[in-house]
Amino acid sequence: MTTPQAPPAAPSHIDYLSERQGIWPWLLTTDHKRIGLLYTASITGFFFIGGFFALLMRLHLLEPKGALFGLETYNKLFTMHGIIMVWFFLIPSIPGTLGNFLIPMMIGAKDLAFPKLNLASWYVFMTGGIVTLYSMLRGGVDTGWTFYVPFSTTYSTAYVAGAAIGIFIAGFSSIMTGLNFIVTIHRMRAPGMTWFRMPIFLWSMYATSLVLVLATPVLAITLLMVIFERLFRVGIFDPSLGGDPVLFQHMFWFYSHPAVYIMILPAMAVISEIIPTFSRKPIFGYTAVAYSSLGIAVVGFLVWGHHMFVAGLSVYSAMAFSFLSYLVAIPSAIKVFNWTATMVKGSVSWDTPMLYAIGFLGLFTIGGMTGLFLAALGIDVHVTDTYFVVAHFHYIMVGGAVMGYLGGVHYWWPKISGKMYPEGLARLSALIVFIGFNLTFFPQFILGYLGMPRRYAAYPDEFQFLHVLSTAGATILGVGYILPLCYLIWSWKYGKPAGRNPWRATGLEWQTSSPPPSHNFEVTPVCTHPAYDFEGMKEELELA
Amino acid sequence: MPDMVSNLSGGGHLPSRVRDHFRTAEQQRESEMLGMWIFLATEVMFFGALFVAFTVYRTGYPQAFGAGSADMNIVLGSINTAILITSSLTMALAVHASEVGNQRWLQVLLVLTMLLGCVFLAIKGVEYYQHYLDHKMPAVWFEYSGADGSKVQMFFVFYFFMTGLHALHMLVGIGVLLVILGRSLAGSFSAEYHTPVAVAALYWSFVDIIWVFLFAIFYLQGLHVMR
Repeated sequence: MTTPQAPPAAPSHIDYLSERQGIWPWLLTTDHKRIGLLYTASITGFFFIGGFFALLMRLHLLEPKGALFGLETYNKLFTMHGIIMVWFFLIPSIPGTLGNFLIPMMIGAKDLAFPKLNLASWYVFMTGGIVTLYSMLRGGVDTGWTFYVPFSTTYSTAYVAGAAIGIFIAGFSSIMTGLNFIVTIHRMRAPGMTWFRMPIFLWSMYATSLVLVLATPVLAITLLMVIFERLFRVGIFDPSLGGDPVLFQHMFWFYSHPAVYIMILPAMAVISEIIPTFSRKPIFGYTAVAYSSLGIAVVGFLVWGHHMFVAGLSVYSAMAFSFLSYLVAIPSAIKVFNWTATMVKGSVSWDTPMLYAIGFLGLFTIGGMTGLFLAALGIDVHVTDTYFVVAHFHYIMVGGAVMGYLGGVHYWWPKISGKMYPEGLARLSALIVFIGFNLTFFPQFILGYLGMPRRYAAYPDEFQFLHVLSTAGATILGVGYILPLCYLIWSWKYGKPAGRNPWRATGLEWQTSSPPPSHNFEVTPVCTHPAYDFEGMKEELELA
Repeated sequence: MPDMVSNLSGGGHLPSRVRDHFRTAEQQRESEMLGMWIFLATEVMFFGALFVAFTVYRTGYPQAFGAGSADMNIVLGSINTAILITSSLTMALAVHASEVGNQRWLQVLLVLTMLLGCVFLAIKGVEYYQHYLDHKMPAVWFEYSGADGSKVQMFFVFYFFMTGLHALHMLVGIGVLLVILGRSLAGSFSAEYHTPVAVAALYWSFVDIIWVFLFAIFYLQGLHVMR
C-alpha cells in the first residue's frame, strides 16, 4: 500500500453503539459489530428456550417412572432441545457473535468483505428459527434432532417437515457467514498482517468457515430429500420403496460430524486468545496450533462413520472410520498441550475469562478422551445410544463450546460494551457453571456405562440416585447461566468504563477505543508485530 | 495484499463504485470473485450429495435405472445440451465485451444468453409434459407395468428432483443476468469496472456444467436399453 489513506470524513469519537439510535438503524445496519449484537440477542433467546426444554427433561427424570410428561411429550422435549441447541445456538454461537464482531477488527479492516450479505445471514437465520419455533408450537417434532428415516419420512405424525424446512433455511445463513469470513480473511487483512502474524482466533475461524461452507450444503440437500419424500410420499430413503436408510445416515453424519467441529473450533479460537493474554506469554508453538485447526477441519470430514458402527457398516469400513477417528485426537492434543505449555512459567492471573479457559481445558480433555472410547469399535458397541454418549458430547458441546463462548463474552465484553463486568460475581458464576456442569454430566457417564439408554422417559429404580444428582446439577448450571445474563445486562449501563485495553492484550482490536467507532479504526492500522508479542509491545501495553 | 501496479484507486480518492470498507478497487474485485468461487464450492457439495445418492441407487438397481433412463427423450436432451453449451459461449463473449468496454455488444450477448436459457427451460417443460402424459411423474401420476415399479419410480424421483433443482438454478441465473443487463443499460460498467459480469458468468457456466453431468447420468445410461 502506497496510497495515502483518505482522511476520515468526520474525525469524531462517536462509537458504533451511540452513532444512530432507534429500531431501524439497528435492523438495517451493515456494521459487523451491530450484526454481532443482533446475533447475540437472538442466540441468547434460543439458548434459554433450549435450556428450558432440557430442564423439563431433567425434572421429568427425577422419578423412575417419569414425573411429569407422557412418552410422546418426552420425545418432543429431547428433540426440540437438540434442534434448538445445535442449529440455533451452538452452530451460530461464536461465529455469529464474536466472529462477526472481532474478525474485521483483528485483521485491521473496516468491515467484513460483504456487509449486506452479513445482515442477510441474520435475517435468514431468524426466518429459519421462527419457522422451526412455529412448527414446535403447532405440536412439536418427535424424531430426535437426527431425523432418522424412515421414522421421519413415513411414520412420525409430528411436524417434521416444518422443523426440517426451518433448519434448511437456517443452513443458508451458516453458508453466508462462512463464505464472508473466508473472503474477509483472505482479502481484507491490513498492511503487514500476514497469515502467520494473525491471531490464532482467525486461523480457527478460518477452519470453521471451511467446514461451514463445505458441510452445510450436504445437510441442506439431505433435509430437502427428507421433506420431499415426506410431502410427496415417494421413495428416496424408505426401505419399503427400495430406499436405503443407511444412506440417509451417511449423508446426515457427513454434515453432522463436521458440525461438531463447527461448534468446538470457534471455542478453541477463543481459548487461544485468552490463555496467552492471562499468561503474559506468546502462545506456545504458534505454527503447530495454527495448522492443527486446519488439521481438525480436514480430518473431521473423514470420520462420520463412527456414528454408525452399529448401523450395519462393513467390518472394514468400520475399522477405517475407527482409525481415522483416532487421528482427530492428534491435532486436538497438539492444541491442549500447547495451551498448557503456554501457561508454564507465565505470570498467570485468574480473571474470569481465564477461569473459563482453564475449565475448558479440563472439560474438553475429558470430552475428547471419552471420544476415543467411542472410536474404539468394541467399547462403542457396548455404550452406543447410552448416556455415555450423551455425557461425552455434552462435555464437548457444553463443557467445551459453551465454556469457550462464555469465556469469550467476558474477555471481549469491555470491547463490546465499553464497560467492565463485576469481576467477583463473574468469578463466582464461572465456578457455579463448572460445578453445575460436572454434577449434571459426570453421573451420566456412569449411567451410560451401567446401561441407561439415551432418549428413554423411564428407567429402573437403581438408576434414580444418579439421575437425581444430574438433575440437581442441571439446576445449579441454570443458575450459573442466568447470573451472567443479569450482571452483563446490568454492567451495560452501570459498569465501570473499561478503557481501550483493560487486559493489556496484543491484538489489533485492543488498539481502538472501547466501544470502537463505526469503522473500527480512525486510520487503517499497520501490523508491525507478530501475534502475542508481549515482549516487543511492552511499552505500548504499559501505556494502556 | 493488494499490489501497487493494479491499484486503480489513484491518488487517495476511491471511485464511487468502490464500497467504502475496501481500500482499493482491486481488493473489491478480488473479494467478489473469490466470494463467487466459494459459493460455487458450496454448490458442488449441494449437487454432489445428490450425485452420490443417485450413484448408490444406480449401482444397486442397474436394471430399473436403465429402464427408467430408456424413457428419456434423447433428441430433446441432446438439443438442450447443445443450447446450454452455446449459452456458455455467448456468456464468455459477453465477459470479453465487458472487458473491452463495449456495452452494446455486452447487452446483445446478455440477451442472447438469456434467450438460450429460456429456450432450454421451454424444451425442459415439453419433456416434463411428455413424462406426465407417459404417466412417469412420481407423486402425481406414475404407472409402470414391470416388476421393479418402485425402483423405476425412484429413478424418476431423482430425475425430477435434480433437473428441477437445476432448472431453479437456471431461473436464478436468468434473473441475475437481467440485473446485469439493467446495470449495463444504466451505464454502471466500463472497461475499468465490470466485475459483476464476470461473477455472473462464473455462476452461469457452473450451472451449465452441472447440466452436462445430469445429461450423462439420466439420458445416456439408457441408450443401450433402447437399441
